Amino acid sequence: MSDQPTLNLLWLQSGGCGGCSLSLLCAEGPDLFTLLESAGINLLWHPSLSEASGSELIELLKSILDGEVRLDLLCLEGSVVCGPNGSGKFHRFAGTDQPMMQWIERLAKVAGHVIAVGSCAAYGGITAAGNNPSESCGLQYDEHEKGGLLGQSFSDESGLPVINIAGCPVHPNWVSETLVQLACGELQRQHLDHVGRPRSYADHLVHHGCPRNEFYEYKASAEKSSDLGCMMEHMGCLGTQAHADCNTRLWNGEGSCLRGGYACINCTAPGFEEPGHPFTETPKIAGIPVGLPTDMPKAWFVALASLAKAATPKRLKENAVADHIRVPPSRKPGEKT
Amino acid sequence: MTRRIMGPFNRVEGDLEVELEIESGQVVSAQVSSSLYRGFEQILQGKEPADALVYTPRICGICSVSQSVAAARALAQLSGVTMPTNGDLAINLILANENVADHLTHFYLFFMPDFARETYRNEPWYELIANRFRAQTGSAAREMLAARAQFMHLMGLMAGKWPHSLAIQPGGVSRSIEMQEKARLQAILFGFRRYLESQLFGDSLENIVSLDSADALQAWSVEQPLDRSDFRAFLEVAGELELDQLGQAEDRFMSYGAYQLSGRNSFAQGLWETELEPLDSKLITEDISHSWMGYQTAPKHPFEGVTLPDAEIEQAYSWCKAPRLDGKVVEVGALARQQVDGHPLIRDLVSQSGGNVRNRVIARLLEIARVTLLMESWVREIQPKQPFCDHAAMPQEAQGAGLVEAARGSLGHWIKIRNGRILNYQIVAPTTWNFSPRDAKGQPGALEVALQGAKLRAGEQEPVSVQHIVRSFDPCMVCTVH
Repeated sequence: MSDQPTLNLLWLQSGGCGGCSLSLLCAEGPDLFTLLESAGINLLWHPSLSEASGSELIELLKSILDGEVRLDLLCLEGSVVCGPNGSGKFHRFAGTDQPMMQWIERLAKVAGHVIAVGSCAAYGGITAAGNNPSESCGLQYDEHEKGGLLGQSFSDESGLPVINIAGCPVHPNWVSETLVQLACGELQRQHLDHVGRPRSYADHLVHHGCPRNEFYEYKASAEKSSDLGCMMEHMGCLGTQAHADCNTRLWNGEGSCLRGGYACINCTAPGFEEPGHPFTETPKIAGIPVGLPTDMPKAWFVALASLAKAATPKRLKENAVADHIRVPPSRKPGEKT
Repeated sequence: MTRRIMGPFNRVEGDLEVELEIESGQVVSAQVSSSLYRGFEQILQGKEPADALVYTPRICGICSVSQSVAAARALAQLSGVTMPTNGDLAINLILANENVADHLTHFYLFFMPDFARETYRNEPWYELIANRFRAQTGSAAREMLAARAQFMHLMGLMAGKWPHSLAIQPGGVSRSIEMQEKARLQAILFGFRRYLESQLFGDSLENIVSLDSADALQAWSVEQPLDRSDFRAFLEVAGELELDQLGQAEDRFMSYGAYQLSGRNSFAQGLWETELEPLDSKLITEDISHSWMGYQTAPKHPFEGVTLPDAEIEQAYSWCKAPRLDGKVVEVGALARQQVDGHPLIRDLVSQSGGNVRNRVIARLLEIARVTLLMESWVREIQPKQPFCDHAAMPQEAQGAGLVEAARGSLGHWIKIRNGRILNYQIVAPTTWNFSPRDAKGQPGALEVALQGAKLRAGEQEPVSVQHIVRSFDPCMVCTVH
């Protein structure tokens, strides 16, 4: 795509763990550097990847703010740290005496597009859990509430709000595809969902492509970690409600949370960090899980579930509570091989 | 005397600032500062113990599996659950996958690009190094990232995803391995070995791990053409720049022991000062005299520790605490781990020149070879159809510790529960040891000592020697400050 103009990308980190960057380094087909090149993206600076350090970087940031260097894409990874008492002192940008939140705010105002990479930068994320000791919030959300650092009315020159590539961490392709679409000018407001996530991955459910789907159909449930059954009934799995394509677009070539044998904790959603119950236990009322699939009437679900349970084949019932396939699919009596 | 503040420090994980006092072209004193506080200890209070398996990996995206393993071990101690052999093997493989990937990332993305700086333009090796390792455009990083991504298919298969897997449980792993998956794991490791042998080492892994002295390493290096491998190129630079004279700390090395299998460590546990001594983790304390931390009057063992921020403390300069072993500063990491374990090459290098920039990097690369060979043996030992996880109920009141070796060194989690909920959770990370601020006695931390004596090149604003020393520890600041 050599006819594309070069886009300058600046990547900053605040109150996060660096995991979204590290996930991005797992990009394959192609690798991260080739990918940026393909989209005509010039990495002005990234904390893990750039040579420039210390005063060289601070000079670069000043020249962006002075309008000497164009900033097309600003990516923030990690939450905006506002504590203690709104002072931002919990994250001072090293080499300067200023809180990071001030740097982010000033740079966002001059950026072509502002991109929150990961649930921390989008909504506050894991850093905002508990009593949110660091007073963390997202760029344009404070958990479910619109606002955040930049305010709910913030939009860039093209009219886009902050683009929330939510996830903990993000899948490398969610980031790369969003960046390429932005570089091509193809990402518009209607391509973001109600909490600012790119619909390219957020219009799917984690449930889609779940390898445990047959267990789900018959409500053959796992009872402990390492069991093969559906994890919705007892193990806290939110795959039927979580917006992401993790089970159709695999992680690290082979995996997903469900394929790894553990529950989906809905890490692409605002407020996922405080589910109000232990993560890997399903809250129930009168034996019925509280959080049922969002677009299904509860009465129907209960009726279908009890019917399905009555019809569960022995194979699924036994395999659901085992750590290996105990009963393989069988042939019908008399069937020819 | 002049003072200089260096920061933000990039190509390290997280936020770091270093304040130097410089006299006659050399560093006489350094203060190392972490500039971020997040508060995981506070977040964890009052949670269900098992929720630590969700929260603690998210302390850090570069060593999240290490955090998982430390949490799982602490929970295992609480509940008394035992682990089937397959559980040990699977956890070792997942942890080794992360540790080896970390070492690779460090060498290629974080450490080597500094030798492609303009300041070295006139060095005879410059062109080779710059073409190979220059940040973003060097040829080595693309090859490494592709090989690393393939290698981490092991993680996809065994842990679902990386980082932030929930596969590691107190009693094993949530994901059993079938016969055909064992075959796949063998193939992944073979592909990775091929990359290491052709690009990183230019020799077989077996030959690398059998280098048993400084002389043997020297002889190996002389035999190899300079452009044969990245290890060879590094040795050239290290020799020319005398990196063995740079960045020595106190040479007191600690390892919690690594890669347990049937109750034994594959790499030994211990403390090395002049000889190998047993390690008593009860002697670990954390001092907060120079940290922006309050509500603790004296150094405390992590079971009794408090981590509460106070941004107004006068003499403080870091969000990092100062851990000490029996009141002393220790260094942790691959060099410490191999020194404690007694690898003959590392023991010989340390006896000649101590802990320093060159030896830290050699230990890391040696460990890539050693651990990859171990991984091959662990895959062979997996018994499909046998259990990978055991289970036990969590008590209402107990305490437990989980000690593990992350890529950067010794990581410990200490948990106390009451009424079935977390009462106290304290984390001491490897970089907390290495990058600690001064303690109440005024003892500087390991990096602060290592920076003393670093020489500046003419006209330098950001002394490159300081950058080499800092990055030779492969710091992970986000773990440090939690």
